Amino acid sequence: MPYEAGSYDVIVVGAGHAGVEAGLASARLGAKTLMLTINLDMVAFMPCNPSVGGPAKGIVVREIDALGGEMGRNIDKTHIQMRMLNTGKGPAVRALRAQADKFLYQQEMKRTIENEEKLDLVQGMVERLVMEDGSCKGVITQTGAVYRAKTVVITTGTFLRGEIILGELKYSSGPNNQQPSIKLSEHLEELGFEMVRFKTGTPPRVHSETIDYSKTEIQPGDDVPRAFSYETTKFITDQLPCWLTYTSEVTHQIIDDNLHRSPMYSGMIKGTGPRYCPSIEDKVVRFHDKPRHQIFLEPEGRNTHEVYVQGLSTSLPEDVQRQVLASIPGLENVQLMRAGYAIEYDSVVPTQLWPTLETKKVPNLYTAGQINGTSGYEEAAGQGLMAGINAALKALEKDELILSRSDAYIGVLIDDLVTKGTNEPYRLLTSRAEYRLLLRHDNADLRLTQKGYDIGLIKEDRYQRFTEKKEAIEKEMERIRSIIIKPAPEVQELIISKGGSELKDGIRASDLLKRPEMGYEHIQQLVPADYEISPEVSEQVEIQTKYEGYIEKSLQQVEKLKKMENKKIPENIDYDAITGLATEARQKLKQVRPLSVAQASRISGVNPADTSILLVYLEQGKIARINR
Amino acid sequence: MEFDTIAAISTPMGEGAIAIVRLSGDEAFKIADKIYRGPGGKILSEAPSHTIHYGNLIDPRTETVVEEVMVSVMKGPKTFTREDVIEINCHGGLVSVNRVLQLALNNGARLAEPGEFTKRAFLNGRIDLSQAEAVMDLIRAKTDRAMNVALGQMEGRLSRLIKGLRQEILETLAQVEVNIDYPEYDDVEEMTHRLFMDRAKHVEAELDKLLRTSEQGKILREGLSTVIIGRPNVGKSSLLNSLVHENKAIVTDIPGTTRDVIEEYVNVRGVPLRLLDTAGIRETEDIVERIGVERSRAVLKEADLILLVLNNSVPLSIEDEQLFQAVQGMDVIVIVNKMDLPSQLDIERVKELAGQNPFVATSLLEDKGVDELEEAISSLFFAGNIEAGDMTYVSNSRHIALINQALNAIKDAIQAIEEGTPIDLVQIDFTRTWELLGEITGDNVHESLIDQLFSQFCLGK
Repeated sequence: MPYEAGSYDVIVVGAGHAGVEAGLASARLGAKTLMLTINLDMVAFMPCNPSVGGPAKGIVVREIDALGGEMGRNIDKTHIQMRMLNTGKGPAVRALRAQADKFLYQQEMKRTIENEEKLDLVQGMVERLVMEDGSCKGVITQTGAVYRAKTVVITTGTFLRGEIILGELKYSSGPNNQQPSIKLSEHLEELGFEMVRFKTGTPPRVHSETIDYSKTEIQPGDDVPRAFSYETTKFITDQLPCWLTYTSEVTHQIIDDNLHRSPMYSGMIKGTGPRYCPSIEDKVVRFHDKPRHQIFLEPEGRNTHEVYVQGLSTSLPEDVQRQVLASIPGLENVQLMRAGYAIEYDSVVPTQLWPTLETKKVPNLYTAGQINGTSGYEEAAGQGLMAGINAALKALEKDELILSRSDAYIGVLIDDLVTKGTNEPYRLLTSRAEYRLLLRHDNADLRLTQKGYDIGLIKEDRYQRFTEKKEAIEKEMERIRSIIIKPAPEVQELIISKGGSELKDGIRASDLLKRPEMGYEHIQQLVPADYEISPEVSEQVEIQTKYEGYIEKSLQQVEKLKKMENKKIPENIDYDAITGLATEARQKLKQVRPLSVAQASRISGVNPADTSILLVYLEQGKIARINR
Repeated sequence: MEFDTIAAISTPMGEGAIAIVRLSGDEAFKIADKIYRGPGGKILSEAPSHTIHYGNLIDPRTETVVEEVMVSVMKGPKTFTREDVIEINCHGGLVSVNRVLQLALNNGARLAEPGEFTKRAFLNGRIDLSQAEAVMDLIRAKTDRAMNVALGQMEGRLSRLIKGLRQEILETLAQVEVNIDYPEYDDVEEMTHRLFMDRAKHVEAELDKLLRTSEQGKILREGLSTVIIGRPNVGKSSLLNSLVHENKAIVTDIPGTTRDVIEEYVNVRGVPLRLLDTAGIRETEDIVERIGVERSRAVLKEADLILLVLNNSVPLSIEDEQLFQAVQGMDVIVIVNKMDLPSQLDIERVKELAGQNPFVATSLLEDKGVDELEEAISSLFFAGNIEAGDMTYVSNSRHIALINQALNAIKDAIQAIEEGTPIDLVQIDFTRTWELLGEITGDNVHESLIDQLFSQFCLGK
């Protein structure tokens, strides 16, 4: 029997990586928030790889942190190893990655949620939404609990009509044999949402004690202490290594011989899988002449012997998985603890969402994470944060927050989803960001802290530190721009020792810093400041000076983008009334309903002539209003 | 992209004495400053608004003079588009005006889309509501047509070449991206500066080659501007008719211009001739008598080819001799017509006057000698260092401008590599090259890089 179980500002359905960010952000913004999960022991569970960050994704974690989200802080407290990637490359593509203790990660996140004042964490499976006048007003659980709310965020990950496929075996299940969510998916379809079936997979886990590490290469963490969060002051120094090994020719033979038993090739799997995360059988088939594939052995935590076999994602039958493992150097006698599997699930076609992640069809309903067709913990967390922020802002009757493609990777991610949609599980890549030089790991705080502060997620003391840092950067930039370094003997000597060519004349310190062989430390050596400059400040001064030309070019492009973003399209625009639009463009525009001309121009099928016509039409409306 | 600086020829394509190239947008003055050299080092952007200035246009890369011009400077919003506007008055004629346009495009302007000046005027509030519909129709109609023309042009060698080049760049880009997004992936050769330099140099060389053939390609596309001259009654109209009838007349847009002027062309053994129409012939009828040798020389100089027609049945006149004088040093074919009539003409003298130029005897009435004439036209054109069989026709101003910009972008990349700039920043210029070339083929989907990434490399966990 249904019963009234409570009333909230915001309800978050799901407590995975999207759900926890949504719930925490909402509660921290002052909205009374309920978080419902099918299983309380699975808060912030990592069903696949035990790691957070990496190229593009690591920058998202920094962005989440700069906006006041939790992922960065949580992984800083629970990792077993951290590495800065791409250190040999330019500043725009450096990225931090952590290996997580996935059990500690969950515990820590659960505790944070439990401690959050305005947030209730409750076990329960949501089956339906409370609908009134076409709007969402709450949720109803399997046990009949009716929770009412002003806004609802659904973050169900791969649970919607989830099905696990393992060899010839196929059964209804959420990830890791969790209870799947079937009724909610049906309900969303009833409400008229277009759903699509995606697939993803995970590799087997093995027992650490049965691995012969002598046949593998060690992959230690960085010696320098690292952190994602700008708030972290305590660093973990006791790190665990990962290990590298390779598949062998025997591995490939086993896979070839058993392809007929692979659900990927027998036609059992119908969902679309991600290209960037192929199964081992896929890799062997598609890149047949590649003699070996890398396999990383990653500990799943400090208090377990389970090891994640990265590179071996598979849905081959369990007996074949055993043979495959045994064919890999170091794993000859390995004990299989859990078999790899593939999982198919429903997701919502994301072009049905506004850039706030609210659905167009059902007001007050938001979706975030894997349900929107993405893959990856970080992509989920970024969306969860934004959906939670916007759901709370709406419940509290405040203005929405939308990040632009030039603000953040999170902006790129959401814009791609709601504007272009996706026909495979979507993963962020640095190449998806056209302004990646501006969206760096090092400047996430400079880009986003202000926004986080403005909505109320960044506390006063942190904001104070941020403004001080910003001012210190400006002051130092100004100093090295105004100071002239003269061609004195010690200057020439230093330049030559670095492989540069002698100064002919005096030169601005900033211009000397632009020389490839010079670093900020050399400028400090030649013309030291008479006050202390922190490493964070000097990093910014160096990057902003050295790459000024490129940064300037990107900023000019952003300037143009902003002009187009400022050309807003009214929500009630009638595309049928605009003569001259091409048919395809008209259909796409009606479907996506872009908020600005900039967004409209990014829809595939809308060509520049259509954008022009749209601009003219909008201008026409303006004139008509003035005349009236 | 909206709101950048656009340029186009804004006078009708014809044989007017003066043509105007117009620039509009935020950078109009900046571009003008780059290519204009005035007396006493005058700077256009500092000139008062709505003034006109004499000077030279130069190619800033080489500092060589391209044209002698008058430039009008008009500061927004008191202009047609309400933006900053520069109008360059140059000599009329396809070649010179295109050269000026090209210069503007190479230095930061974008070729205006059809109707774009009007559109801007509208968007900036210059035109009233009643005109809005018309503007939208214009954009649609002209864009569709321009698309068809562009598609037509994209068939064949240029398209294949550009696509090939883009694919090469894409593979390089994908390799760099893999290094960035999958730093631990051991199977991809790390894109080093040296490797990157090799690829960049190759792209540079290919683009360079394309541009070198472009001048010749343009003539092939836009036609050899051809003038028929001669005294009254020598058979100029018959010659025109016979060339038109013998050969398929082509009706086409003049590419590279925003004005969709329809012109007649004849294709003579693979050489497109842009024959001056009958009005033109009337004008040149008594050209020398009318305007004198010196001035007619100036007019005729614009032509790529001159067909000088004489009458076999009358003696050589003073006017004929003057015609020879007027065309001295130009590409001329001397035609002695009316060979069916008794000869009164001093053929030896004519040959003397013709000098190195080809000489053809015809009887257009009896349809004789036309083959020889066509042969002469064809061999005159192909005899030069043009290897017609082995060239890519880069025909239109827009394409040439884009290739030029792509070349500049790849040069930036090369310079960046030389300075040891991190690869992912060099990548920005490399990507820009790829995008610019994509604008030629109309194919600029960013997703293709990601497709390339996953088809070229075996990635994933």
